[in-house]
Amino acid sequence: MPDDETGSGTESQAAAGAGARAGAEPAAGSAARRESRARLDPRASRLRGRVSFRGWGGVAGMATACVLTAVGTLLPLSQGAVSHLPATGHSISMVEPAKADACTSPEASLTPSSADGPNILAIKKRGKLIVGVDQNSYRWGYRDPATGSLKGFDIDLARAIAEDILGKPDAVIFRAIPTNQRIPALNNGTVDIVVRTMTINCARIKQVAFSTAYFQAGQQVLAPKTSKITGYNASLKGKRVCSAEGSTAYEELEKNSFGAIFKDKHDGKPADDDVLTVSNQLDCLVRLQEGLVDAVVTDNALAAGQAAQDPTVELKGGKPFTTEFYGVATKLGKDDVVRRVNQVLEEYRQTAWKAAYQDWLADDLPGISGPPAPKYRDG
Amino acid sequence: MTQLQTGQPVPVHSAPTSTPTPTPAQPPGTALGLPPSGGSPVPRGALADAADRVRSAATTEPGRLRIIGAVLAALVVVFGTVTAFEITDRASAADDVVSRSQPLSADAASVYRSLADADTAASSGFLAGSGAEPAGVRERYEKDISLASQLLIKAATHTDSSSESGRQIATLNEQLPLYTGRVETARTYNRQGLPLGGAYLRFANEQMSKVLLPAAQKLYDAESSRLDRDDEDARFWPILSIALGLLALGALGWAQHRSYRRTNRVFNHGLLAATAAATVVLLWLAVGHTVARSQLDEAREHGQKSLKVLNDARISSLKARANENLTLVARGAVLTDDGKRDKYESEYGAGMLKLSDGLGRAETLADDDEGRDPVKAAATSVAEWQLRHRAASTTDKSGDYDGALDKVIGAKDSTGESFDQVDAALAKALAHEQREFTRAARAGRDALGGLPLGAAALGVLGAAGAILGINRRLSEYR
Repeated sequence: MPDDETGSGTESQAAAGAGARAGAEPAAGSAARRESRARLDPRASRLRGRVSFRGWGGVAGMATACVLTAVGTLLPLSQGAVSHLPATGHSISMVEPAKADACTSPEASLTPSSADGPNILAIKKRGKLIVGVDQNSYRWGYRDPATGSLKGFDIDLARAIAEDILGKPDAVIFRAIPTNQRIPALNNGTVDIVVRTMTINCARIKQVAFSTAYFQAGQQVLAPKTSKITGYNASLKGKRVCSAEGSTAYEELEKNSFGAIFKDKHDGKPADDDVLTVSNQLDCLVRLQEGLVDAVVTDNALAAGQAAQDPTVELKGGKPFTTEFYGVATKLGKDDVVRRVNQVLEEYRQTAWKAAYQDWLADDLPGISGPPAPKYRDG
Repeated sequence: MTQLQTGQPVPVHSAPTSTPTPTPAQPPGTALGLPPSGGSPVPRGALADAADRVRSAATTEPGRLRIIGAVLAALVVVFGTVTAFEITDRASAADDVVSRSQPLSADAASVYRSLADADTAASSGFLAGSGAEPAGVRERYEKDISLASQLLIKAATHTDSSSESGRQIATLNEQLPLYTGRVETARTYNRQGLPLGGAYLRFANEQMSKVLLPAAQKLYDAESSRLDRDDEDARFWPILSIALGLLALGALGWAQHRSYRRTNRVFNHGLLAATAAATVVLLWLAVGHTVARSQLDEAREHGQKSLKVLNDARISSLKARANENLTLVARGAVLTDDGKRDKYESEYGAGMLKLSDGLGRAETLADDDEGRDPVKAAATSVAEWQLRHRAASTTDKSGDYDGALDKVIGAKDSTGESFDQVDAALAKALAHEQREFTRAARAGRDALGGLPLGAAALGVLGAAGAILGINRRLSEYR
């Protein structure tokens, strides 16, 4: 396995770094990666069967990406007439609360711009971009235990943003943050941005600012293959369900848990048992394997990462029961950063996104044709 | 027994008023019994009978002498016996201190240390990466776990399973295999390159700090209080023996004074011998127990206190090391409750402060160079550790994570090396203080050696002397 992982590590850096790799290359690269993984992975045959399908998915994805890019580049033009410049970010953020109250599409973000605002200049002066990431989300942001380095889809994106701002993909300081620390870490200045499978929603846009969406996901139930649980439905009744503290999954369970048990007795206190609500979704898989819980609710993207580590569990119910978007978060008011990240995403969606998807996600989350189209709002 | 009386056996004042005839059938050696001295022959209740006889005996001088002789002999024998019993009790408490409760309390401290050390080794191995896990780290973990298991088995054989210690030992025996299982699962997943390994390690670490270490702490507390109890028991003054000794000496003195007033003779050999025996026992008792107490005091002041401070310091250094590792595992994003500082960094700082404080106290408590030197060496290594930590911290803050990692877990010039030096120096200091304790406590226990037997023997001798002395006087009435 170490050979394989080192290979994919350099690959991912190349993907994040260049971003200009031809479409054929990542496919070949990930095919080689699949081959090498196949030596150890019993699921290899299943994966191989999917290759041809994915090839067509890739073409469709490219087509979609082209359309989205066109929309993305045209939209700012149409708004350019209003001529809101990022330098006047403060006045824009003041408009936000009115927008947030309506909140029909929280994923709509500020228009892209590569102008240097005060916050971007501060990052440049420091010479490093401080990014809050996860080190437990397999394929998204995880620490490779063999080498100790961080890798994954989110890590690639964070490096791409660093490269755009600072010229080097390595000019990043990664800070691993627990799920419920994402918003505090931004607000107290521990990190500049958070790239950590963070869902954009109406409650959160009042606390932090988000970029445009870079991935579409949804909540899903994960349980052992032998379990009688069939999805996010009445089959959860009386079952012990695990979720991460401060996660969308927990919020959904609070809305409707179908009679599942999902809270620890001492939540939020020092005596917290950390069995049903834990600091990271991956901790749920440990509890599931040890028989302390019956099911896990988390994003399908993360649940797929869990299933990839334990072949005895699976995602239940076919499709996710929510639709949500991941965005890059910053502190409220750092509009220049938001616009800059949106600018990076504009380019990233065209080729690098696809490469990163192939590298990290295609195996466990097949059939996604491309990134969600960016939505912008006035201001 | 030769008599050295100065005058003639002349009953002086207050000659017996009525029936001056001593009992005829009275062999000289059996003055202990209170034979009927011509009392009423009508058999009544045994008690009333005896009381009657005592009453009638008390009216004649020989009768009084017999009573006095019996009481004196009884007092001396009781004194000797009670002393023997009380000192046996103290000596066995002192022996418990030396050979049972102190070793068990030291073992409990070792259990705690091994567990904490195993956990630190596991997290160091994780930080190094499964591909680069140094062999030494793995060995250290395995050594720690096997030491903890052995000590738990040993402790279990000396402990009543229903006691507090027994319950904690049961918890530890039950939880330890779960812990090691999780660590092994973590290793397996790490080797497959899956982050699930890290999650297992976190879970194991949480179990260690929430369940295992608190149980080990409670075990240590229970064993320490048992040690304190045994120590207190051994040091408790043998009040009853001393009171009886003084009473016996007082009675002997009074009897001799009485004899002097009545016969004008200064020395009665038998009584003198009894007095000497009782005095020897009383002095032996007082001196022996005082010596034992002072040795036990020394063991407590110089041994046990140092041991406790050093053990605490060693545990502080372990906690500081574990937190130092966690700053790198968590990559500086877990903050203190007020959200201002890195949680693990500030816990590391607190641990180091406690460690320095503990080393300062240990140096004050150390009473010789052999004890002081390793403590000083530990303090030097702690200073170096702090310097290296600061350098690592600066490297980490500048964004060079790998550089910082090397400064923390690298083989040379790392904070890990400093930690190992501190740990080794503290182990040396602990071994020295343990020897000091054992030496002083053994001396304390041995100070009581022979006293129970001596007290019993002297008690019998003294009683014999009292009887012979009184008989000598009685024989003058024949």
